[in-house]
Amino acid sequence: MTNLELQKMANEVRKGILTAVHSAKAGHPGGSLSAADIYTYLYFEEMNIDPKNPNKEDRDRFVLSKGHTAPGLYSTLANRGYFPVEDLKTLRKLGSYLQGHPCIHIPGVDMSSGSLGQGISAAVGMALGAKVQGKGNRVYCLVGDGEAEEGQVWEAAMFAGHRKLDNLCVILDYNGLQIDGKLEEVCSAEPFADKFKAFRFHVIEINAHDFDEIRAAFKEARETKCQPTVIIAHSVKGKGVSFMENNCGWHGKAPNDEEYAIAMADLEKVGEALCQK
Amino acid sequence: MSEVVKIATRESYGNALKELGAEFPNLVVLDADLAAATKTGVFKKAYPDRFFDCGIAECNMMGIAAGLATTGLIPFASSFAMFAAGRAYEQVRNSIGYPHLNVKIGATHAGITVGEDGATHQCNEDLALMRTIPGMVVMCPSDDVEAKAAVRAAIEYEGPVYIRFGRAAVPVINDRPDYKFEMGKGVLLKEGKDVTIVATGICVDSALQAAEMLKADGIDAEVINIHTIKPLDEDIIVKSATKTGKVVTVEEHSVIGGLGSAVCDALCAKHPVPVKKLGMQDVFGESGSASALVEKYHLDGKGVYADIKEFLK
Repeated sequence: MTNLELQKMANEVRKGILTAVHSAKAGHPGGSLSAADIYTYLYFEEMNIDPKNPNKEDRDRFVLSKGHTAPGLYSTLANRGYFPVEDLKTLRKLGSYLQGHPCIHIPGVDMSSGSLGQGISAAVGMALGAKVQGKGNRVYCLVGDGEAEEGQVWEAAMFAGHRKLDNLCVILDYNGLQIDGKLEEVCSAEPFADKFKAFRFHVIEINAHDFDEIRAAFKEARETKCQPTVIIAHSVKGKGVSFMENNCGWHGKAPNDEEYAIAMADLEKVGEALCQK
Repeated sequence: MSEVVKIATRESYGNALKELGAEFPNLVVLDADLAAATKTGVFKKAYPDRFFDCGIAECNMMGIAAGLATTGLIPFASSFAMFAAGRAYEQVRNSIGYPHLNVKIGATHAGITVGEDGATHQCNEDLALMRTIPGMVVMCPSDDVEAKAAVRAAIEYEGPVYIRFGRAAVPVINDRPDYKFEMGKGVLLKEGKDVTIVATGICVDSALQAAEMLKADGIDAEVINIHTIKPLDEDIIVKSATKTGKVVTVEEHSVIGGLGSAVCDALCAKHPVPVKKLGMQDVFGESGSASALVEKYHLDGKGVYADIKEFLK
């Protein structure tokens, strides 16, 4: 896909996030929106997947370690054709398959996750399993910057570096905010780059909303041998919705009807501008 | 009298993994820097490429096991019960139990027979913790024969399984030609009519010894070995309780949440009778030799006998 096509799709993914969270009257829009461009690139460009055959043996895997941003993943999967976009409105409702946090039984979801720190370990296991069985697939894992306060993230990084798992690509969604405020004020795990380097990762830093940089980073990750890669993706929490941007109050809160209308109008405007290009 | 053969079930675990490694090429083993103690080192020596040491990071090990299982491998994640079921409880629940992945947890050094290391390493809560996870099979074999059979059964079953092994050498009690292991099925070891003794793990041997002592007093005890705590063979317990009217449970585990609780759950619903739960009575263990501890906490034959006599008064 061209960058313009990716931008348009990411805008649709953002609309789906808002619609899902608004309908659920709960959920996590901020971190879903900050990672929307990454999700879009992974599922529309980077990964070897088949929405018609979600469990195909040789597919690349994705683990959403920051599982609370499930609306971002679900909206991407729906837009990619794993299930109807309309189903996003059932998010978090009793009887819906779209659980509050990712569940392995949802089409396209490779691992149940959401208890922070755990997804990355599973991703490391998937990468190890692929390696020892001589399978060529890659494993991608999205980790939150706040999530990196969990010790298990670094246990997983230690193992991945030790085992030289070059089929593993971790993406750190670095939006700088967590529930209680700015990382710098809560309990920052910075410096991230130095830490991952110390655990023998190849480190790439990018703007999480620039598809040229995203594209180049994933290419570089694919070409990196004998060590895992982390892409530290500097992002804006709430990206795309004016009143949500850089506001930790929108970490885990749904917009009311009025706010939803404003948010969707923001995104419609972006969409129209992209169509003019 | 021939000498009783004693083998620690952790030895059985390591030997079984090695033996079954040839038959099941997708069997892999993980450990957290305790391969020499859990005896997974036996497997490591035979299949170095299928052994992954995760270092001293049990929570990560459980997640890695989960990830490996999604790729079609059958991982056995091994550590002491304290760390496998205790420290990594939430990882086992959320990364293995919830997605119902085909991970086997081999937990050694369970209970007070850890001995000298003392209370920090004596896990008397693992059966309780693991029982609470939906879909988790929980096994606690009584000797070498049963431990090896349990490992095979775990491999042949698709889904998460927790198996508890011990550090101390224990008598081989199931070495008979007609021995058959069926996951989820209790074993009637001795028929009796006056009281039912339901035991698990190393306490099965104590229960058999106690039954012998009771016989001398004219008390005819029935002895049931429950090697699978979950799913529990409720039928064999209810049937026996219906006959004897009194039940004693014996386990090297807290009386809260383990075999005793599971048996009470079943009997409350289906055939309420008085139950005496023998085990760790809501206390931590302490340092000492395994045999001294078992004696102090009344989990040897003599202690079980004395407590049953008291119960039947």
